[in-house]
Amino acid sequence: MKSQDTLNKTMNPVLKLLIDYAVPIMFILIVVVATPVSGFSLGFLANEIMTRLCRNSFLILSLLIPVMAGMGMNFGMVLGAMAGEIALIFITDWNIVGISGILLAMLIATPIAIVFGYFAGVVLNKATGREMVTGLMLGFFMNGVYQLLVLYGMGKLIPITNKDILLTRGYGIRNAINLDGIRQCLDNIIKLDLFGVQIPVVTLLVIAALCLFIVWFRKTKLGQDMRTVGQDMEVARTAGIDVNKTRIVSIVISTVLASYGMIIFLQNMGTLNTYNSHEQIGFFCIAALLVGGASVTKASIPNVFVGVILFHTVFVVSPRAGKELIGEAQLGEYFRVFITYGVIAFSLALYAWRRKVEQENERKKAMILHKASLQKQGKGGVSLEKIDN
Amino acid sequence: MKKKIRGIISSIGVPRLLIGLFLIALFVIAPFVDVRVDTSINDVIARFGMNAVLVLSLVPMIKSGCGLNFGLQLGVIAGLIGAVTSLELKLTGFAGFFAAIGIAIFFAIIFGWLYGLLLNRVKGDEMVVATYVGFSSVSFMSIMWLILPYKSPDMVWAYGGSGLRTTISTEGYWFHVLNDFLKIELGTHITIPTGTLLFFGLLTFIIWAFFRTKSGTAMEAVGSNPEYARSCGINVDRVRIVSVIMSTIFAAIGIIVYEQSFGFIQLYNAPLLMSFPAIAALLLGGASVTKVKIWNVVVGTLLFQGILTMTPSVINNIIKSDMSETIRIIISNGMIIYALTRRMKVRS
Repeated sequence: MKSQDTLNKTMNPVLKLLIDYAVPIMFILIVVVATPVSGFSLGFLANEIMTRLCRNSFLILSLLIPVMAGMGMNFGMVLGAMAGEIALIFITDWNIVGISGILLAMLIATPIAIVFGYFAGVVLNKATGREMVTGLMLGFFMNGVYQLLVLYGMGKLIPITNKDILLTRGYGIRNAINLDGIRQCLDNIIKLDLFGVQIPVVTLLVIAALCLFIVWFRKTKLGQDMRTVGQDMEVARTAGIDVNKTRIVSIVISTVLASYGMIIFLQNMGTLNTYNSHEQIGFFCIAALLVGGASVTKASIPNVFVGVILFHTVFVVSPRAGKELIGEAQLGEYFRVFITYGVIAFSLALYAWRRKVEQENERKKAMILHKASLQKQGKGGVSLEKIDN
Repeated sequence: MKKKIRGIISSIGVPRLLIGLFLIALFVIAPFVDVRVDTSINDVIARFGMNAVLVLSLVPMIKSGCGLNFGLQLGVIAGLIGAVTSLELKLTGFAGFFAAIGIAIFFAIIFGWLYGLLLNRVKGDEMVVATYVGFSSVSFMSIMWLILPYKSPDMVWAYGGSGLRTTISTEGYWFHVLNDFLKIELGTHITIPTGTLLFFGLLTFIIWAFFRTKSGTAMEAVGSNPEYARSCGINVDRVRIVSVIMSTIFAAIGIIVYEQSFGFIQLYNAPLLMSFPAIAALLLGGASVTKVKIWNVVVGTLLFQGILTMTPSVINNIIKSDMSETIRIIISNGMIIYALTRRMKVRS
């Protein structure tokens, strides 16, 4: 059984750890090097990170459930972001301000997000095995539909009364909408000052509530079903789980959560870039989650927070560091776009590569076991060493 | 009779049929809304020449089973390096054009080889990895355009003097060298860019001829059944790398052809989304994720560019607002989703 031992022996554990967490380690290094170079004070950085933590965490948490169902990174979360934006346009038009505005926006966003999510789920079910690239294209495609709706439909087919948010031609929404009515109204309910760091308590509580929801959801019947589907669709099917339905539900939940996340994101920003806000959201959230140490098949709540902190620290310091090092702020700007895309490319490639290696090992192992059983019966003549070569 | 019609429709394909009818309708409506049909035809031909090579570049990778080349930008970048270097060397006319292609091919081979090595390690997930390789290479090159030591005053920012401009004119270098080669003027409004079309014909012939050779057949075997190909003694990984290098080289040439016709070299974020329209055109032409024929390139590019040319002018004149960009987004991305969601036929 010598050959089996060599197969079971895994890589050097330190090396394995380094490979598993290559992306977070790389980011920690960048943070360690770039932060002192940028010359930002610790207080400023802490404030920036706190703001971004509150702004982005909800959106990134919305990605966790599809990962559980084995559908990878939900690039289709952009659809949820669009639903949130549409709802915000409506409440701005009706001039409903404050917390009631935010709650109403969530209420309006929910059915839109359910419809979008259902559509995305159906499409992704038809593209089993290439969910991620299809989800990405869905985001681009729905961007066109969103434009059709907001740029041509609103003010014409969909009544919009507030002339301030319409283009001068009388229909279509302006490029930027001021969300003065709801600007930071969630953040400002209770704001603690801790050593000069502003802490929006209610926003953090909302994020904590979502974390609890996710923890609880994993334990429900539906959550268990999703994990089974994620591990092996065939097994799930034989166990009597409606695989397609479960997958659609996971995408619908993710889309609805993303729409809430977008509303929280935008109340913090205070302005809605009608045609650009959602475009980059998917990329940034997925990159941040991957930086936190998540992979296509495994993503946990700690990954989200580690990711937000690391990714956004690099985001804040890189333009300044670029300017200090090379004298070109634009360079840092390009650098952060590069790392966003680069991180996703690197993580996805690393994951696919590892899966391929694992599959190969599985196959070798199965072959050896098969031959060994033949040998036991006295039928196989091939020695184990030979196969191993 | 009903069966026959259904057979015809399924052989043409529903989306192609719809887009084709839409395009014909646009041409029929055009004269009634004061859009000149002859200038429209001229535009379609010109745009066909500009984009066809980029679409053609996708063929080798589909044939070898690497899927749609969402990392087309890598080839485009090789082409851009060739183009700006030939301008830096102050080469004009055909000399400049072919120098650009030569330099571009050199870089495309290096990029393609590395890209191929990567894609071999991520079999099954090529497309999503390729997309992000494309995106990240574009943003990486944005940094490089700023710091590479190009000096030509035609290309660097006029003030400050460091870093290349976002758009660089090819006027005075090799603007329209192919378009004006043996060009034919039909009436006052139609100019046929003979040189560009001939060049596209030449490249198409090269691809066609390649797939008649032994290596070409091997590539097709790898694409249709890798296990079988391996048992025939074909080195699957090597063939795939060759196909990726070929696609990258053709994309590099494609962007240079595009620039000589368009008149501008666009750097920085311009190539970011270039893979999508090319892929959409090919799919519109009848290709799928795993199957492609040369005529798909021609039909697809004509249909896609036809729509792009006709919708702004005709639709604008009908509803008095510019919806062309939105329609382009919906059609091109919708086409890609349609192709991705079709079940793969069981391979023989």
